[in-house]
Amino acid sequence: MSNSSTPLLEMRDISMHFGATKALDGVDFICNAGEVHAVLGENGAGKSTLMKLIAGVLQPTHGQLRVDGSDVFLNAPQAALRHGLVCMFQELSLVPDLTVRENLLLGAPAAGIGWLRGQGLDKAQDVLGRIGGAQIKMAARVADLTLPQRQQVEIAKAIMKKPRLLILDEATSALSASVVEKVFDLVREERDSGTAILFISHRFHEIEALADRVSVFRNGQRVETFMKGDHDYAAIINMMVGQKIEELFPEKPPPRQDAEAVLEVRNYTWEGQVKDVSLTVRRGQIVGLGGLDGQGQGAFLMGLVGLLRKADGTTAIAGQPTRIGSPKQAKHQDIALAYIPEDRKTEGLILDQSIQENLELAALGRSDLDAGDAALYAGALEQLALKHGGLELPVSSLSGGNQQKVVLAKWLALKPRCLLLADPTRGIDVKTKTQIYAILRQLADQGTAILLLSTDYEELIQLCDETHVFFDGAVVASLSGDDLTPQNIIAATLNVSPEPQAAHA
Amino acid sequence: MLDYMRSNRREVIAGVVLVALLSAYLGTHPRGASTYVMTIWANQCLILGLAACAQFFAVVVRGIDLSVGAVMALTNCVASYVLEGSAVGMAFGMVAVVAAGALCGLLNGLIIVYGRIQPIVVTLATASIFVGIALLLRPTPGGAVNYDLADAMTLDVLGIPTALVITAVAIFGFWLPFRRTGLGLGLYALGSSEQAAFQSGINTRFIRLAAFTLAGVFGGLAGLFYSFVTTTGDAGISAGFTLNSIAAVVLGGVLLRGGVGSLIGALAGAFILKTIASLMFFSGIPSLAQPLFEGLILAAAIAIGGADVLRARNKLEVYA
Amino acid sequence: MLRSISIDSLMPYFGVVLLVFAGSAFFPQILSADYLTQQLQIAAFLGLLATGATIVILLGHIDLSVPWVLTGSAILSTSLVGTGNPTLTFLAVPAALAFGALIGVINGIGVAILRIPSMVWTLAVNSMLLGLAVLNTGGFNPKGESSPLMNAMASGDLLGLPISFLIWIAISVGLAAFLTRTPFGRYLRSIGFNEKATFLSGVSTPSVVFAAFAIAGMCSALGGVMLAGYANQAYQSMGDPFLLPTIAAVVIGGTSILGGRGGLFGTIGGALFITLLTSILSVMQIDDAWRNIIFGVIILVMLLFQTLRKGAVA
Repeated sequence: MSNSSTPLLEMRDISMHFGATKALDGVDFICNAGEVHAVLGENGAGKSTLMKLIAGVLQPTHGQLRVDGSDVFLNAPQAALRHGLVCMFQELSLVPDLTVRENLLLGAPAAGIGWLRGQGLDKAQDVLGRIGGAQIKMAARVADLTLPQRQQVEIAKAIMKKPRLLILDEATSALSASVVEKVFDLVREERDSGTAILFISHRFHEIEALADRVSVFRNGQRVETFMKGDHDYAAIINMMVGQKIEELFPEKPPPRQDAEAVLEVRNYTWEGQVKDVSLTVRRGQIVGLGGLDGQGQGAFLMGLVGLLRKADGTTAIAGQPTRIGSPKQAKHQDIALAYIPEDRKTEGLILDQSIQENLELAALGRSDLDAGDAALYAGALEQLALKHGGLELPVSSLSGGNQQKVVLAKWLALKPRCLLLADPTRGIDVKTKTQIYAILRQLADQGTAILLLSTDYEELIQLCDETHVFFDGAVVASLSGDDLTPQNIIAATLNVSPEPQAAHA
Repeated sequence: MLDYMRSNRREVIAGVVLVALLSAYLGTHPRGASTYVMTIWANQCLILGLAACAQFFAVVVRGIDLSVGAVMALTNCVASYVLEGSAVGMAFGMVAVVAAGALCGLLNGLIIVYGRIQPIVVTLATASIFVGIALLLRPTPGGAVNYDLADAMTLDVLGIPTALVITAVAIFGFWLPFRRTGLGLGLYALGSSEQAAFQSGINTRFIRLAAFTLAGVFGGLAGLFYSFVTTTGDAGISAGFTLNSIAAVVLGGVLLRGGVGSLIGALAGAFILKTIASLMFFSGIPSLAQPLFEGLILAAAIAIGGADVLRARNKLEVYA
Repeated sequence: MLRSISIDSLMPYFGVVLLVFAGSAFFPQILSADYLTQQLQIAAFLGLLATGATIVILLGHIDLSVPWVLTGSAILSTSLVGTGNPTLTFLAVPAALAFGALIGVINGIGVAILRIPSMVWTLAVNSMLLGLAVLNTGGFNPKGESSPLMNAMASGDLLGLPISFLIWIAISVGLAAFLTRTPFGRYLRSIGFNEKATFLSGVSTPSVVFAAFAIAGMCSALGGVMLAGYANQAYQSMGDPFLLPTIAAVVIGGTSILGGRGGLFGTIGGALFITLLTSILSVMQIDDAWRNIIFGVIILVMLLFQTLRKGAVA
């Protein structure tokens, strides 16, 4: 690890505002050549914004970036690339309709608009081979690749640019453990040759394996920077969250296995992506759906509100066999299912419309409700403490967490008997999370049946009475009571049998 | 080869359809597959073909160009002044015609990029301006194009229609090399995912500007070739070409959502559309029923293309 | 209705006032009641088409079948009247409206079920209608005539105002109320902004698309009937010159071509503005060429003004 006097990258008093939201607030940050610098923080802590500033995708509202000690203004990704600042984005930067080869050509350092000679293609192919992507065809369309394959191509594309500073933003989230190890070897090699690496990950063991130095972010501010090993897991979590995990979640009441069943699904199967899933959600229960991304749990939730064609299996609502063919049928008062989709910006809300209009949109189609009645929404809005400057303002003016509150209030206005949520706390600040947990718990106490898909296993443990873990379309473990432990969930997620081990705190 | 066919399914289908239609046409034509028949056919096809190329460049970057016909009318009127006299003069004249088209396209591009107005609306307005300028040049149809030049461009080379030679040059001399340049790839990147293109370090403004300028260049080429075929200037030709150029690119497998399709597909779509029209003429279908059949075939072809969505198992997929 | 009045939708009205005063400086007769009421009468034809187009554009789509829905309904209604049969004469207007609604539903099927881009599908429908018209009329101007009712709708006066204008305004106000007071209007705009999120909110989005295109088809058909009444006959391609001015009227009225944003109030102004602009340019005996150029430049300037103003706010 080198400790030259001028850092490769220095950020001074950086602030980034989106309307009323402060994504970053007066951040100082330094990154040195030849070290792996891990950046930790909850979703919404400002990590991704930080990376986008360095990559030239966004420009700071206030503050200064310096490269090698001199001020720079990165008005576009091209400018960042010229300084050797290369980002491998979490939201993939590959063009879906072009082939792998064409994507690599586009990203090549001297691409320009003229004849493409293919400089760097050999290097990229070499990198792909080293990280287990040798079978990826150069002529394949990116849209036809799997998510892990796309990540491998992204990594190759980033490395072929010969970065001085390489940002890996959740770069390995979809890769298997053996491939991740290969990527890490490559990253260490890059580091040893003097490249600075900024590494963002949610997986502690990856930080453990790779990082030299760690910075923790919370609510748009850098909390602390320290050498790896200076703090233990629990202390880091405290820094990230600002409070202890137990304080986040409301107290869990004793399970009620005997309450009447609200939603009973038997042998649900669809297109090889959901395989023979059966489960029951009872009044007052919160049932979790776990698993890695894309193991069928998301499709299963969609199927319940009638989004999937040609699915097999039976569904009963409050004991009545029911066929639900569309979200319109699902929200009808006789069924009263509410589905909170995963992507609030494109699926949950209409960003250009006002908060009020968004709130009303679901209730409008219900003959038993008056969508214009403010009382429908008041309870949920108050309890979730929606911060807004007026309900007539566009919903896009709200921060992510407040937007999610609008989505919740919009559906709670229908008084659903069963609430289906697809990862409702992804990318949301801690305070909002606590509020969402509290309202879910309260709804359950009042008798609502809740099915909660989550990628955060703390939620599955602390909030849920029972958790079904998906792997490759099927439920591989149904955990409840004392079996509902991190070890068991992680083991089930990877579809291996749990090994007795100490909690990694 | 198989790989090529799989990844360019749309162009391959369009090509097969075109060959089938052409065989039917030559089979039913009373004079058979003579050079004369082929030449007339190829000339008609190439006019729309070049217009479709112009439309392609707008569509591939997720835009649309409603001024294609107007650019043709304008350049046609310019051509009716400058394609007479010495060989050198006519050479400059041809350059001037295409340059006029390029200027129109550049103007579209500048307003779209810097005025931040939707291409469909911008080109709707500029189309009116271009037709106006064309009318200033030729209030009534007139002017002339040198007959030797026109003949050289619209007859045949060693029995092969010149229009087909030009088509081949457009594909092999321009498109295939162009596809391998940064600009060529950039067009697709921008149309397929502006976000990804931007993050990959592509200058999206420049690429969009270039795309509309290229649309203007091909609009100019279409106007130029139209001038060779008709040998006069007429400001009133714009109406049919714009809408037909959109139909042609869609038939040729170019997606209006951008990023998918090729110049070859656009050409094939135009040739298909014109071949259907010619086929009708000799097919024995009552002439009054021909426009209806043309419309039905167009609608059926497009509807079949759309039938893919009926197979989507996840209802959210169709909202992409 | 009041809520939909934005500066964008007021712009064409400023334009109209400006045109009238600037024009009257050269031609005082522009300020005469005769001239102005005649403009209201003529604006109604474009205005009805633009009303339907606004509904479809709010939805985030476009209807390029306007020209031949208009021509087709004109041919249909004049042919029915031409039979001389009183029952058929009476049915001329309802039949034309039904025809417009039917074509609208066909447009809707392509767009909502087959998911074909509306620009392409309505274009194909337009060329099928052209084919049908040619087959039916032999490519000549169809025989037949307009009924007294149709004549009155197009050229009659009531309380000093043209009936065509009153019909147009009545339909606009009725539709505007329909848009603001029923969920349909909300669904329409929501789909224009984000169809997926609207569908997931439990809205039957295909029904909304069908209804919108059917309304647009009926507006085009009514425009055709009244235009036939105005000309006492139907003629080939009578709708073609209306397509682009229709879209221009909607966009100048502040409705976003991307959908969701805008409304009928602005469209009324847009139709008035374009009708008046065309008329004044021809009163001033500016030749066709300059008329086209000025027309295009003014539309561009108004659009640039809209976006630049937004740029300044943001």
